[in-house]
Amino acid sequence: MDLLMVLLSEVPNANAGGAIGAGLAAMGAGIGVGQIGKGAVEAIARQPEALNDIRNNMILTAALVEGAALFAIIVGFLAMVL
Amino acid sequence: MRVKLVFYPHPLIFAANLKNLMIGGRVTFILALIFSSFLACFSNTALAADDKEQKDGEGGKKSSFNATEVIFGHILDAHEFHFLDIIGKDGRKKPVTIPLPVILYSPERGFTAFMSSRFHHGHTPYRGYALLTEHKIHELHKEGVDVKKAGFFPGKIIPLTADGKWDPNVSVYDISLTRNVVQMLLALGLLVWILLSIAKRYRRGEGVHSAPKGVQNLLEPVITFVRDEVAKPNLGRRYEKYLPYLLTVFFFILVNNIFGLIPGSANVTGNIAVTLVLGLISFVVILFSSNKHYWGHIINPPGMPVGVKAILIPVEILSVFIKPFALIIRLFANMVAGHIIIICLISLIFIFAGLNVYAGWGTSVFSIAFTIFIYFIEILVAFIQAFIFTMLTAVFIGQAFEGSHDDVDHHADPVVV
Repeated sequence: MDLLMVLLSEVPNANAGGAIGAGLAAMGAGIGVGQIGKGAVEAIARQPEALNDIRNNMILTAALVEGAALFAIIVGFLAMVL
Repeated sequence: MRVKLVFYPHPLIFAANLKNLMIGGRVTFILALIFSSFLACFSNTALAADDKEQKDGEGGKKSSFNATEVIFGHILDAHEFHFLDIIGKDGRKKPVTIPLPVILYSPERGFTAFMSSRFHHGHTPYRGYALLTEHKIHELHKEGVDVKKAGFFPGKIIPLTADGKWDPNVSVYDISLTRNVVQMLLALGLLVWILLSIAKRYRRGEGVHSAPKGVQNLLEPVITFVRDEVAKPNLGRRYEKYLPYLLTVFFFILVNNIFGLIPGSANVTGNIAVTLVLGLISFVVILFSSNKHYWGHIINPPGMPVGVKAILIPVEILSVFIKPFALIIRLFANMVAGHIIIICLISLIFIFAGLNVYAGWGTSVFSIAFTIFIYFIEILVAFIQAFIFTMLTAVFIGQAFEGSHDDVDHHADPVVV
């Protein structure tokens, strides 16, 4: 009951909702880029001479995943401002 | 009669655990009673205070630190380059700025042009126009003007009637040289100067028949990187046609990202309007290089059962628009987020100093160390975002003119990216 009241009182103040959304998005980005790093490091361990190719692909994929996370952060920001 | 208890009832298990905790049943009962009475009597919802009402007076007196104002003052566009504020002995805030030209067009009043220093940072109106500040917006709100509907924000120029009130009947278009425009022009000037000079040298033969000299050494690895790692793998034989555009977009984004990191400069690539135009131009280039095969694959993805096609076709049509949209948002969000992080870390010092001066000094050590670390990351992000924008544009252009597959096992390529 208490928790419900706290959550309901958040409705006029969308700052908390935006902040929670952005935090969850950052968590998703962390997990995603961590998986990319894991795959890249394992691939380098298997085949060290492919280092440059793997590094380029890792950076490209990380930027794509971060783009998706930043969508969510922008929406959280908009929830705060608008 | 033997009753075999196969399944031990819960309370006995619970009692066993409590015995491990060395608390008897009666004490548990009393503790539970006290805890429940606390919950019942003393839980009330604490609503966060709405502090939108507290507005800091500015210019006249020393005000408490308003972090929102500082952050938005750095992120948004402005009519001057603002470096710092000097708080004089009498407590008045004196900003140190470079004023920029203000050029306004109003259908009712015609063209007007003057330097933004005439506004004295929003304190004085000039020639029937006034510069809005937080303070003034608050005043207008108190007078009953619907500031949200009128779209007022700090830094907007509004027309005034003869007696100094806002004139809602006059529309004004602000086409002044704001700091984003001036920084873009500076970046373009720098790029044109450097790149044209090395182009002249290459045409003369220096760096072609002999080793490159001077600035050629700086730019040749970058240009060959874009050509060999971005253009050639994605565009195949037709890379030369697109290389000027890819190089332009790469250097423009890179130089503006790096300029944006200098304290006091404008946040060009973190402005949605700039990235919107970059994304739109990329979109137009992608559309103009698409062929029938590309659209055929979108309208009729090959090798899919009918049910999947029904879902996939709208997704593919949407993806034509979402890919450049992602380019726009990615660059914008990365740059804005980076700037906000740096400003927030520095603002932490002043927020803590507002509570206690020694807390401020203590925070400054960690905050500055962290800020330097984030600054290095932002330099890396500047390069990476320029590379990613260019690379993804090249990838999308390559996908657009891919041509028919000649391979035997035609495995369908569903939604790409």
